[in-house]
Amino acid sequence: MKRTTLFVLILLAVLFVACAPAPTPAPTAAPPTAAPKPTEAPKPAATQPPAPTTAPPQPTAAPKPTEAPKPTEAPKPTAVPPTATAVPVIPPGRVVVEFWHGLTKPLGDILEGVAADFNKSQDKYYVNANFKGAYPDTMNAAIAAFRAGKAPHIVQMFEVGTATMMAAKGAIKPVYELAKETGVNIDPKMYIPAVAGYYSLDGNMISMPLNSSTTIMYWNKDAFKKAGLDPEKPPKTWAELRTMAKQIVDSKASTCGFTTSWLTWAQFENFSAIHNVPLATKANGMLGMDAELKINSDLHIRHMQNLVDMQKEGSFKYGGRDAAPDALFPSGECAIIHASSGSRARYTTDSKFAWGAAMLPYYDDVPTAPKNSIIGGASLWVMTAPGRTVDEYKALGEFFRYISQPEQDAKWHQSTGYLPITIGGFDRTKAAGFYDKNPGADVPYMQLTRTQPTENSMGLRLGDMPAIRIVIYEEMEKAFQGQQTVKQALDNVVKRGNELLRAFEKLYK
Amino acid sequence: MRRRVVFNNRFLPYFLLAPQVAITIIFFFWPAGQAIYQSVLRQDPFGLRTKFVYLENFQAVLSDPLYIEAIQVTVIFSVSVTIFVMVVALLFAVMADRQIRGAQAYKTLLLWPYALAPAVAAVLWMFIFHPSIGVIGKALNNSGLPWDYHLNSVQAFVLVVIASSWKQIAHNFLFFLAGLQSVPIAVVEAALIDGASAWKLFRSILFPLISPTTFYLLTVNLVFAFFDTFGVIHALTRGGPGRSTTTLMYKAYMDGYVNLNLGESAAQSVILIIIVSVIVWAQFRYMEGKVHYT
Repeated sequence: MKRTTLFVLILLAVLFVACAPAPTPAPTAAPPTAAPKPTEAPKPAATQPPAPTTAPPQPTAAPKPTEAPKPTEAPKPTAVPPTATAVPVIPPGRVVVEFWHGLTKPLGDILEGVAADFNKSQDKYYVNANFKGAYPDTMNAAIAAFRAGKAPHIVQMFEVGTATMMAAKGAIKPVYELAKETGVNIDPKMYIPAVAGYYSLDGNMISMPLNSSTTIMYWNKDAFKKAGLDPEKPPKTWAELRTMAKQIVDSKASTCGFTTSWLTWAQFENFSAIHNVPLATKANGMLGMDAELKINSDLHIRHMQNLVDMQKEGSFKYGGRDAAPDALFPSGECAIIHASSGSRARYTTDSKFAWGAAMLPYYDDVPTAPKNSIIGGASLWVMTAPGRTVDEYKALGEFFRYISQPEQDAKWHQSTGYLPITIGGFDRTKAAGFYDKNPGADVPYMQLTRTQPTENSMGLRLGDMPAIRIVIYEEMEKAFQGQQTVKQALDNVVKRGNELLRAFEKLYK
Repeated sequence: MRRRVVFNNRFLPYFLLAPQVAITIIFFFWPAGQAIYQSVLRQDPFGLRTKFVYLENFQAVLSDPLYIEAIQVTVIFSVSVTIFVMVVALLFAVMADRQIRGAQAYKTLLLWPYALAPAVAAVLWMFIFHPSIGVIGKALNNSGLPWDYHLNSVQAFVLVVIASSWKQIAHNFLFFLAGLQSVPIAVVEAALIDGASAWKLFRSILFPLISPTTFYLLTVNLVFAFFDTFGVIHALTRGGPGRSTTTLMYKAYMDGYVNLNLGESAAQSVILIIIVSVIVWAQFRYMEGKVHYT
């Protein structure tokens, strides 16, 4: 009988762990281990006698119960709810709106500072900004809250979640509608076209642009000098980049010539925009959910083959997914890196050598290149919930008007390192002499506004984009290991990516 | 021999049971029911459009070659972790069971890793084996041995197995040691008087006598490898490179939490429930008969 009990116990513990369909990545959130409590564990041994076939009782085989409990008591994981943080005192009589964001310190503090400044600037509304974890966590928190009828008024969502949010028609309130209802004027034309376009549908702004960045190139001037290259001349084309990276490695100026953060964002999404080739049909998904991936084109294959060849000759190093390779530049290991414009702050503090920032290179025999690059980052979405009042929407409209002012944008840009997203914000920053003091800080803006966006360089709106990025990583990692050719890898990406797109489309049919 | 407890009040036993039953229902049955319910639906993340699709999600999951791949990875991973953990822990326990100076300190030190969360353990291992910033990783590369678990599937797999095992070894060690210490000294002395070698003593006396402990640990370790290694994988490799460390658990997380495909993720969770129930049932059903209780 005890045996059955133990069986049921283990089964239940297992059920508990197994059923949570979405374990959070936070280390502490793991459910208590599936093991039965140590005090119970010895039982099967000690109480074995009831088992029909066995002979006399065997008390000795049991671990001493007194020893067991202590150490296992310790790791009982406790998931600390994020709400436990100190709540600021909200002045009475104000209309309060909740704002969930996904920016870690120090950027999150700056964002909460913006909300605090807004609260100080008037006495009718109060924006309560709270950190809810990294972007995917914030997204899941907002989804769960919406399902419970308690969605925050504003949620910050990363750019690759745009398609999911736009498709959630009953859950969000488009910014242009909010503006119309509250009489607040938010003119899309004050924004950089590549920013406004990313978050617009048929020319109407759906979400409020906030923190935007793009990928640019950083190079180590000291390593260039050591390799006998002109330290003031970064590579302009991919051919130059390869020759220089090789020379740097051959001359032992550094062990790695070139690496790239955000392989997907930099070498696929921005690469396609800059060369004016489609990442997907239907204007990269902006014109409909039935888009199909196009990243196994000759140019994409050529580019990835170039990276694989560079890896073979030792001038390129694959440093992992997302921003993991970022560390390879300030350490001096890699002399050239393609990374987010937002990495500038980190390189400024961490690098012990002279470096510069430049636009991404391109293949100069592609007649359509170079075009403007595209953005990454996040935007603000207005969420609906039962019982929203007109005043609450007015508060949101007022807050959005506040942050869209060029002087606010300029301040945000200069303090965070994100792009100025309004033309006025850039002009102000320039007039204040910021770029003279911080040479190269205007490179992302210049690259983003280099040309008028085409349908290939406006941005992208693909369902399940986070999943598609992972598919690209998986298949390219196999290609970098030599387990498959570049063509096979990209064909697989297209095949698997299209399956994801069709599954996403199906959800909304 | 069985003692029966008789309650005078008919409701008292139910009352005493209530807290446990409540916890079981709220934390075990309710989420499990939710998972089963979600697994037969196709639903957008916000729950705005819901469609009942019968077993389509299961069909999609089971016909997905990537899911089959994840099953293979999980089986190899779980078996590797279990064997590695138990062999090392048993070795440590046998060593610690002897009369040695500072045995207490030694035992205490061996238990420390168990107090760490898996993800923290993974970060510690990353500091050691990261190809650019890790102490050993860097040394390996400098000495001409190419080490990069971001790009080498085998190295990534080995690293994840070791990092997962490390903290579980402490737990196993404790149980093996307790098991060894409760073997009657008379039996051991009798064997020694008969001239048994150390190996013979272990093989014929100690190992059979601690087999209930071994059996229990086997179950716990398999379940641990299945479900509790998420933090390690997430912190070290995120399932890569390629899909070489994507276990069933990690895939369910990716599909549900990152890709927001709730239906298929729930279907995977239900399959996991079934798989692990079968494992535990099979172990109790078949393995127990082979355990020595003499």
